[in-house]
Amino acid sequence: MSETTAVRSPAPATSEFGRPTARAAFVGMMIRDARVLRRNIGEFLGRTLIQPFLFVFVFTYVFPKIGQGFTGSSGESFATILVPGLVAVAIVFTGIMAVGLPLSIEFGATKEIEDRLMAPLPVWAVAIEKVVFAAGQSLLAGLCVFPLVYFIPATNVSVHVSNWALLVIVMALACILSGSLGLVLGCVVRPEKIGLMFAIVVVPLTFLGCVYYPWAQLAPVRWLQVVVLINPLVYLCEGLRAALTPELPHMATWAFLGAAVLSCALLLVAGVRLFVRRVIT
Amino acid sequence: MRLVAQRQYRSPRFRLDWLVVNGTDSSVISIEGLSKVFAGPPRVTAVDGIDLQVARAETFGLLGPNGAGKTTTVGICTTRIRPTAGRAVVAGVDVTRDPVAVKRSIGVVTQFNTLDRACTVWENLYLHCRFFGMSAGPARRRADDLLTRFRLSEHAAALPAQLSGGMAQRLQVARALAHRPTVLFLDEPTAGLDPQSRLALWEIVADLKRDGVTVLLTTHYMEEADALCERVAIIDHGKVLVCDDPAKLKRGLGAETVVNLHLDQVTDDLQGRLRALPAVVKVEPVEGGLRVMVTAGDGAVPAIAHEALGSGLRDMSVNEPSLETVFINLTGRELRE
Repeated sequence: MSETTAVRSPAPATSEFGRPTARAAFVGMMIRDARVLRRNIGEFLGRTLIQPFLFVFVFTYVFPKIGQGFTGSSGESFATILVPGLVAVAIVFTGIMAVGLPLSIEFGATKEIEDRLMAPLPVWAVAIEKVVFAAGQSLLAGLCVFPLVYFIPATNVSVHVSNWALLVIVMALACILSGSLGLVLGCVVRPEKIGLMFAIVVVPLTFLGCVYYPWAQLAPVRWLQVVVLINPLVYLCEGLRAALTPELPHMATWAFLGAAVLSCALLLVAGVRLFVRRVIT
Repeated sequence: MRLVAQRQYRSPRFRLDWLVVNGTDSSVISIEGLSKVFAGPPRVTAVDGIDLQVARAETFGLLGPNGAGKTTTVGICTTRIRPTAGRAVVAGVDVTRDPVAVKRSIGVVTQFNTLDRACTVWENLYLHCRFFGMSAGPARRRADDLLTRFRLSEHAAALPAQLSGGMAQRLQVARALAHRPTVLFLDEPTAGLDPQSRLALWEIVADLKRDGVTVLLTTHYMEEADALCERVAIIDHGKVLVCDDPAKLKRGLGAETVVNLHLDQVTDDLQGRLRALPAVVKVEPVEGGLRVMVTAGDGAVPAIAHEALGSGLRDMSVNEPSLETVFINLTGRELRE
């Protein structure tokens, strides 16, 4: 194989090398993830849009037309209640799909994360990159879902943002929390148990996440109102409710912000620690 | 500040630290008293007090059966496993103290196919270059260049799943070399490859030697270690049994020829008669027969065959001693599992 001669000229003094810094490696991984996302953009849109589309279509378009429309206890349309909930679900679901699933497979089955782990940056930074990219993807998912939940319903949808700063903070928290949750699940769930994860984590998270009802309206079922507080999705839905549909009942700002920040911090720290433990023995 | 620095440099203690950190002048990998115990359960001592020095531009082999501690040793040197005791210095840097600096100087090919399946063959190389700080243009050129040199250009747009085992392994080696590391770790690089791909990979490794890259490879194929390595360390149960040039190790057996006899029955009488022959240095029972080590060349073979004929001689082979012979001599076991 004479072609391989001179593959290794041991002369790294050429200008082709930038500095192999941790930042360059981090950016390189973002580029990698962006390329993969761009290649699989159809897949991304399909899994992001189909479920909320069907949900909005059936419950807020078909149901009112066939006389089965819901309304909230204070008269607001179900479509309005759904807007913050479905946006929050799209964000969290994307974190799980964008980080959790690939990571579980890369760790457990294909080991294809190896090359990124051997890049010149600390391994915890590889975990952070996963979270950062997933947060960006989650934001994209939330923005894609918004027009669906706003325009499809047959009934009136009342959305108005009075506090943009609050919206930005809640969206940012939601996206980081989504990536962190994906990181934790990706480190914990073995690839052959992914189906099980959906059944025992994702479905309960959604149904008991105050997605389809404001938290305050659970008051008649007091024990449930307390139990759902362990679900971080509750705080994201309530936060988006306060930011997008402030006339609906929602938690106090300090409560959902405090709880969301705490959940974010816990999941991020746990995720990074689990990641490092998986990678370095 | 300058005065302080000079004084530190002159102090004998500082000199000693400097030597310990950097090993001897020429060693690129310096392993001292290295141990790794996996707490388990079950508790496993994978590496048990290993000392090794690998010189610059040397091709060094860790040879041993599966489970001997080769991969764990490589795992420690490549920053992925924390040692329980001892230290490993790679390219002048302690692996536990500054793993990121170590990663800048090394390339790693593990025993698994770790190619990024979501990216094309070309992207695997291009992105690796980006991870190591190259900007887009030079990374693109480097990827193209490596594809040509590793004869993978036709498959640039393919996904790794579409490559044969040999091609995937070539791509992994190309990727590990893309950032021009000073040390390349190859963990069982030819396991599961067909003979042709194995030979192609051997040629690549031989070329690396010419280019001045230090290579540490692990293998349980003794012919591989024999063909590629200037020095090998034979390890078993986490310990280095012997470490030297393969030719010296084989000479150390004191035999020039190994005669394997496949026999119906192995009797003490036959063993005694073989031992009494001139030039026979050792007779040892193996599965299905006897292994006879002879100092002279082929001259003693007819006499050995003559003695063996009475014991139902089925087959007979005459070979030069190999590293496997060395391993068996040291452990009493065959290398292959």
